Amino acid sequence: MTEIIVVTSGKGGVGKTTTSASLATGLAKRGHKVAVIDFDVGLRNLDLIMGCERRVVYDFVNVIHNEATLKQALIRDKRLDNLYVLAASQTRDKDALTQEGVGRVLDELAADGFDFVICDSPAGIEKGAHLAMYFADRAVVVVNPEVSSVRDSDRILGLLSSKTRRAERGDGPMKQHLLLTRYNPVRVEAGEMMSVKDVEEILGIPVLGVIPESEQVLAASNSGVPVIHDASSIAGQAYGDAVARLDGDEIELRFIDAPKKGFFKRMFGT
Amino acid sequence: MRILDFLRARPKNTANIARERLRIIVAQERATRGGPDYLPLLRGELLAVIRKYVNVDPDAVQVNVERDGEHEVLELSVALPDSPVKAAGGA
Repeated sequence: MTEIIVVTSGKGGVGKTTTSASLATGLAKRGHKVAVIDFDVGLRNLDLIMGCERRVVYDFVNVIHNEATLKQALIRDKRLDNLYVLAASQTRDKDALTQEGVGRVLDELAADGFDFVICDSPAGIEKGAHLAMYFADRAVVVVNPEVSSVRDSDRILGLLSSKTRRAERGDGPMKQHLLLTRYNPVRVEAGEMMSVKDVEEILGIPVLGVIPESEQVLAASNSGVPVIHDASSIAGQAYGDAVARLDGDEIELRFIDAPKKGFFKRMFGT
Repeated sequence: MRILDFLRARPKNTANIARERLRIIVAQERATRGGPDYLPLLRGELLAVIRKYVNVDPDAVQVNVERDGEHEVLELSVALPDSPVKAAGGA
């Protein structure tokens, strides 16, 4: 069975594409056959984060408009041969995506034996975001511990429970996961940033993972290698944990506490 | 334990402020979610009409759609201000 997972947030710049790239890569590393689709028509970026920007010939919109086959448009990852990227179109208007067309592509992926399809949603609540979530079985809501991101995420949770195929069919609530990114335990301890618990309580959905703020995330996107490949970085390890949880493992959260200070620092401050 | 803390102005715990503000606004937005799109407009127009006669607070008019089994109930409540004029809540 194919599981369709939307990565969404409402607000832009919180790490949706970074997350989509790492979740897809992580699931593929665990042996699943995975496709990751960029729904951000006009603002394609997943290809850059996945490091396949120079190999895009056909895109999602070409497939929907029958200008290319799905096989032609799927880009095989250069590191994992069970991972595929479907790029967003760079030129068309945002009406280029249709519900019928998206449904057809997802059905075809299911028929091809994909285990997971990760839908990388654009920011906002417009058509692209709507279509990214419409067919999903599960949702990963990416949130920064910051007021506007949390509020927008709550708005998205409302849409997930009303404007999706599951909701329309009355198939029961979609499984929703909270993924906190850019988390800084030192600032949380200092009372400068909301904690995991704060955000979890406000939004009322279970935590899938907490990705600590890390310089390695920028380094990874600079080089077009999803950060989950970087086993030496805490962000990469945290994404690894999140993927394992998404895949059913039960693991404790890591990297959510500030490093313990030594005696001298405790006495004389930072 | 930091003995030098008194030398520095202690920053406010802004995380708590953020959490409390979000609790309120999220609860408020959830309450109006799922209702028909015209509710905010309806509420605004009702408020304008009521204000022609009584000077009420901007948040004095509450409009909600309640689901009661098969049917929906549009519920309006108007809180009138405490004043010498005879006033009672509910409408």
